[in-house]
Amino acid sequence: MTHGNDTDTTITSDLETSRRFAKPHERRDFLGLAAIWSAATAVLWGLLGALRLPWPWALPESSPRVKLGPVADFANITREPFPEQRLWIFRDAAGLFAMSAVCTHLGCIVSAEDGGYFCPCHGSRFNAQGEPLSGPAPRPLKYLQLSVSPDGQLVVNQDQETEADVRLEA
Amino acid sequence: MSTENQPATPAEESPGESPSSEPTPAPETDRSPGAWGQFVGNLRNSPRLFRDSVIRHGRPTSDRAASQAVFGNFFLHILPTRIHFRSLKFRTTLGLGVITLVLFFLLTATGIALMVYYKPTTDQAYDSMKDIQYLVPTGRYMRNIHRWSAHGMVACVLLHMARAFYVGAYKPPRELNWVIGMLLFVLTLALSFTGYLLPWDQLAFWAVTIGSEIAQSPRELTDVLGITSWFDPGGAIKHLLLGSNHVGQEALSRFYLLHVMVLPLIMTVLLAVHFWRIRKDGGLAASSRESQVSRESSVQSPESGLPQASLDSSKTYGLMAVVRGRTPAVDRVMADTVPTYPHALFPIAALSMVTLAVVLLLGHHYDAPLTEMANPAVPENPAKAPWYFLGLQELVSYSALMGGVVIPTIVVIGLMFVPYLDREREDVGVWFGNRQGRRVCVATAIFATWCVIALLAFTINVGWLRDWYPRIPQIVITFVNPGTVLLAVFVAWSLGTLKRTNSTRMGALATFTCFLVAFVILTYFATVHRGPNWQFYWSQADWPVH
Repeated sequence: MTHGNDTDTTITSDLETSRRFAKPHERRDFLGLAAIWSAATAVLWGLLGALRLPWPWALPESSPRVKLGPVADFANITREPFPEQRLWIFRDAAGLFAMSAVCTHLGCIVSAEDGGYFCPCHGSRFNAQGEPLSGPAPRPLKYLQLSVSPDGQLVVNQDQETEADVRLEA
Repeated sequence: MSTENQPATPAEESPGESPSSEPTPAPETDRSPGAWGQFVGNLRNSPRLFRDSVIRHGRPTSDRAASQAVFGNFFLHILPTRIHFRSLKFRTTLGLGVITLVLFFLLTATGIALMVYYKPTTDQAYDSMKDIQYLVPTGRYMRNIHRWSAHGMVACVLLHMARAFYVGAYKPPRELNWVIGMLLFVLTLALSFTGYLLPWDQLAFWAVTIGSEIAQSPRELTDVLGITSWFDPGGAIKHLLLGSNHVGQEALSRFYLLHVMVLPLIMTVLLAVHFWRIRKDGGLAASSRESQVSRESSVQSPESGLPQASLDSSKTYGLMAVVRGRTPAVDRVMADTVPTYPHALFPIAALSMVTLAVVLLLGHHYDAPLTEMANPAVPENPAKAPWYFLGLQELVSYSALMGGVVIPTIVVIGLMFVPYLDREREDVGVWFGNRQGRRVCVATAIFATWCVIALLAFTINVGWLRDWYPRIPQIVITFVNPGTVLLAVFVAWSLGTLKRTNSTRMGALATFTCFLVAFVILTYFATVHRGPNWQFYWSQADWPVH
């Protein structure tokens, strides 16, 4: 960290006291600061607006409501898989209900094994009701809303969660 | 320290150097045939004239000419004209930075080649990969080279980081370059991850599905707090990455854009700053101890051909009056340096060729995998990330939020800030600093190995909270899981080391060693011992047959 000889220091201090680094005149300083801050605000505001770009108003997806077939077809099932919609339709004494096959941990598809459900990705295990038994899944498998369309089809809304005890009487 | 300026060789115009190539000028009076004659002469000589304008020097025959060759060349002028002899020793750098850069160039070149045929749409991507594999001459080779270079680059960046850390190269004045290096590390991983989706095969689809769900995992916390409906950072990040709720066309477009344009551009700029800072910070971190040795030995060896150094010189090189701050001392620097040409350039060229040869051989013998086309209905089992993310995947299998977001963030930011917390200046440029440093590293390595293995064995044999208390709230598991326990133990150990040794450098060494050991063991463990359903198997031979 040696700083050379005396000449160095002299010239440097000359520079520091030169006009470029002169003490700012206060009124001019106000105008300067005003210019800088209004420019900065404009840029920042524009940037914030532009940053909104990657989030479109509507996501490019098909409707979450899907027809699964005539309700009558579900009269005698106990568990019917729908791989494309990633869910199962169940029937118990009270009626029909749908459970999602998407693992609540990281979105893999669980498979039914040994009276429960397993996720192949990180080993979450769920019981027959979809409640987590072990592994990293933070919450139970989702139950999805079912309804009947005017033309008598069973409709599942993949974006609408329901309580585990809701049944569609059909 | 190395020469930052070019004291011995100011780049003045020396007319004697440039070849005088005017062909017999015609007399001034005889104008039109003279110009004609000149034109014909120039035309005849143009190949030679062109060559001379490109290659301005012959092979340098003196130190001065060698310095000028480096200084006057656009592609070489990022190097100093003279370089500290210690920077050239293999054990100083292990050549890792150069190898990484060569791999980056290879990735750029093969990446451009692959872009000729690759089509980033969900219905064409996989087919264009098959075209590249089976129809395009050299296509498969290009893809293999790209793949191996990418793996190699991640590995070399990691090793390069470890090297820089263990020789203390992050210390002042090199703090900023360490931070830039960490950013480059993160960028390298981001480039690998975005490239992973492009083949649109099963492996790609499910790795990126998992990755984007990890980005969404702050919901693990916001769901518990019940605020997801109006404050959802996890969902916002996922939508930013995927442009959708699922991995589809939008995600492929975005990953492609990031992979071929945004991230490489940022990386190129940061690389340039990274190299610039090496020069501005006085070259590679060098030990003052070794400098002393060299000063003594340089008295005996006339190799450098420079006047003997006087040790107590106060003369320094500096840009007079314009720049203040660190300036190399005249005599010490000159005595410890050798001309960059050929002493640095030839090893760099040799290392580049070896790297190239290794990658070409690997690419020739081992094909990059391509699994079946992406199928959103059926996940791979096991769905494993590339090897450098497998350590994280093991942590993620305890808690998505902690293992995938919080712990990596803490580790990266923590390592980034080490140079601001440890500012001891002793033993820079020496592996592990000193004897105490070596002891701390060995002790930490043993301790960390024991910790990681014990925790893994415990988790596999005994289980974790939910196996004992099935009704336990998720938030408890989020905060108390093997990953967070490991992090807490390592933080405690590092702070304990700092206190016990009364040295921030020792604390830093302990921290980094913990990180490295955990990374290596978790990566190994998840690669070898995790099978279908992410269950433990001693080897792949024990996997159940599906």
